[in-house]
Amino acid sequence: MSVLINKNTKVIVQGITGKEGSFHAAQCIKYGTNIVAGVTPGKGGQVLEFEGPNGEVVKVPVFNTVEEAVKETQADASLIFVPPFGAADAILEAANAGLKLAVCITEGIPVNDMLKVKRALESYKDFRYVGPNCPGVITPEECKMGIMPGYIFKKGCVGVVSRSGTLTYEAAYQMTKRGIGQSTVIGIGGDPVPGTTHLDAIKMFNEDPETKAIVLIGEIGGTMEEEAAEYIKKHVKKPVIAYIAGVTAPPGRRMGHAGAIITGGKGDAKSKMEALREAGAYVCESPHIIGEMVKKALKEHGII
Amino acid sequence: MKIHEYQAKEIFKSYGIPVPKGLVIELLDNGYRVFGDNIDEIFSSLEDAVKKVWDTLNKNLVVIKAQVHAGGRGKAGGVKLAKSLEEAIEITKNMLGNRLKTYQNPEGLPINKVLIEEGVNIDREIYVGLTLDRSISRPVFMISAEGGMEIEELAKEKPEAIMKAAIDPALGLNNFLEVHKVRPILFKLGLDKNLMKKFFDLLVKIYKIYMEKDASLVEINPLVITKEGDIVCLDAKIDFDDNALFRHPEIETLHDPTQEDPLELEAKKWNLNYVRLNGNIGCMVNGAGLAMATMDIIKYCGGEPANFLDVGGGANAERVAAAFKILLSDPNVKAVFVNIFGGIVRCDRVAQGIVEATKEVKPNVPIVVRLEGTNVEEGKKILENSGIENLVPAEDMLDGAKKAVELASKN
Repeated sequence: MSVLINKNTKVIVQGITGKEGSFHAAQCIKYGTNIVAGVTPGKGGQVLEFEGPNGEVVKVPVFNTVEEAVKETQADASLIFVPPFGAADAILEAANAGLKLAVCITEGIPVNDMLKVKRALESYKDFRYVGPNCPGVITPEECKMGIMPGYIFKKGCVGVVSRSGTLTYEAAYQMTKRGIGQSTVIGIGGDPVPGTTHLDAIKMFNEDPETKAIVLIGEIGGTMEEEAAEYIKKHVKKPVIAYIAGVTAPPGRRMGHAGAIITGGKGDAKSKMEALREAGAYVCESPHIIGEMVKKALKEHGII
Repeated sequence: MKIHEYQAKEIFKSYGIPVPKGLVIELLDNGYRVFGDNIDEIFSSLEDAVKKVWDTLNKNLVVIKAQVHAGGRGKAGGVKLAKSLEEAIEITKNMLGNRLKTYQNPEGLPINKVLIEEGVNIDREIYVGLTLDRSISRPVFMISAEGGMEIEELAKEKPEAIMKAAIDPALGLNNFLEVHKVRPILFKLGLDKNLMKKFFDLLVKIYKIYMEKDASLVEINPLVITKEGDIVCLDAKIDFDDNALFRHPEIETLHDPTQEDPLELEAKKWNLNYVRLNGNIGCMVNGAGLAMATMDIIKYCGGEPANFLDVGGGANAERVAAAFKILLSDPNVKAVFVNIFGGIVRCDRVAQGIVEATKEVKPNVPIVVRLEGTNVEEGKKILENSGIENLVPAEDMLDGAKKAVELASKN
C-alpha cells in the first residue's frame, strides 16, 4: 500500500494544453500514471495522444471544466499546471467537482490567494491538496503525479516528505542506490501556506501499514517541522530520519523559496533539528548521509 | 518587495491613515527635488531645497529621516532632529549622497532621499504590525504598548508584551466582523473611548491595505498618541508579496534598485535566485533546497559559502554562463562548487552548458563540478574530455564540497 495515490488512481491534468502541462502529462503517462482526462477552458473536445509505458498510444480527452471531466471519467485526483493567476481557483474547482486530491505544481501564486483557498477548503473534509510550488507526489512503480524524474525512485517501505524538489531527488536516489525503496514520496512545496504540511504527511505515513520508516526533509522558515516533531514524539513508533536544510542561512534573507526565511528569531535549522532529535528522530547533520542514515535506522529496527 | 517609508506613508494617506506632514528631498544629478504634499520642485542648491521644506512645515522642530531599506535606522544615525533651518541643512547635507551602515547591513545602503517631517508631541508609543502567521495560515495583528522597540528584540525579551489577534481571511476585519478578535487588545491598551474608535479604524484600514495591496507585512513602529489626543503613524513599513506584483503595477513602480546588492539585481534579470554571503566558495545549484543543503555541506567540510544560488530547472549554457559571471564578480570567491541533480534536465546537457560557459567566462578559480541523475555518465565524460584545466570533477556531494574547500584555502 501507499498513501494518497496508487496504481488505481485516475488522474486528470488541469492545464494539460500548456507547455508545462503537456510535457509533464506525457512524462507521467510514460511512467504509467493513469491519466484519464485533461482540462483547459476553451479547449474542450480535443483528444490528445501520448505514448504509454509500453510504447502504446494513450488517448486523453480534454474538457472545458473539471466537473465534466469527472462526470465522464470518474477521476479521483487532479494534477495542476495552471499559471499563477488562475491556479488558486483551479484548486477550488477540483474540490468543488468532488475530487479527493489535487497536486498543484504551479510556482508563484500570490500568498493571499492561497490563504483564502486554504480557509475555504477547511470545510471540505474529504479533499486534500498538495503544494503549490512543489514537485508533486509519487508512489514508485504505480503512479507519478508530478515533475520528478521517475527512475530515481524505487518501490519500497520508506515514506518521504519534503519541502524541496531536487533535495528530495537527492535523498530518494541515495536510498534507491542502496536498494531501499519508497512507499510514497510527497513534495509539499516551498510556499508559506502549503495545502499539506509535514504534520499531515507524517500522520498519513504513520497510519499506512506498508510504510515502515519515514524520512522528513525540512528547511528553515515557519514552524512546520517543530509541529511534526511534537506529533512524532507522542504518536510515531516508526523510525523517523530527518534532515533540515539551511544551517548556514542568515536571518532575514529569503533562500529561494518564499517560505525559507528566518524571521523574528524563529525557524532556524538548529532549533528544528533539536526538536526532531528530542522526538527521537535520526537527525542527519549533512545531506550526503541521508541514505546511510535510513539504512542504519531500518537495520536498528529490524526492518532490513 | 520592500519600499521606502515615504512611499508607505503615501499609501497610508490614500487610505486615510494619519501620518505627520512631511516632504522628501531627493538627490538628483543636477540638483535637489523637493516633493510631497502637492509640491514638486527642483532646486539647484541644497540650502534652497531645505529652506523650501522648512518654510512649508511647522518651524519649531523637524525630523530628518534617511530613506533606506534597512531596519535599525535610528540607532545607525539615520533619524535626526533639527530645531533650526541651519541645523536641518547641516543634517541633510551629511545624509544625502552618503551610505547608512546598520547592523542589518554593515556595508551600508546609499541615501538618495531624506524624508523631513514635522515633529509631534508624543504622549505614548504603540507597536502595530500585521503579517502572516504561517502556523495557523491567518493574517495576525501584533500589537504592543512597548512601541519604538524592535519587534525582534521584544519577541525575544518580552514575548508576553506582544498581543496578537488572528483574523479569518474569509471574513476580514471590518466594523461588523472579527471585531471581537481585536477588542481585548483595545481594552488592554487602556485607550479612552475616542482613541479606541480611532485606533480600531486604523486597524481596519491596515487590514484593508494588507489584503488589497497583497502586502506580506504592514508595520507601524511607533504609532504615536499625541498630547493633543490624536493618533499618528510616525513610521510606516510595507513589504509586498513578490508573487502578487503582476496584479499591482502601481506597486512595482515603487521599486528602488539602488537599495539592492548590484549582484543580486543582476541575478534577478536572469531569473536566478542569488543571495550574497560572506564566505569564499561560490555555489551554483539547481533547486532552492539543494542549494541550501550545498551551503550546509560546505560548512560541514570546514568552508564558508560565498552565496546561495539557485539556477532553477533549466540549467542551460546561457543561464550557467550568467550565473558564473555573477559568482565570479564577487572578489571573495576563491573556488566554485557546482552541484546539479539532473532530473528532467539531463546531466549531459548541463555538462555541455558548464563547458560552454567556462570557455566563455574563463574563470581564474577552480570550478568543482558534481553531477548526479539522468545521463550522469555521459555528463561526466563531457567534463573530462573538455580539456579545461580548472574544471575539477567530483564523485559525490561530499567529495565535491571537500575539494572546493581545499582548493579555496590554497587559492
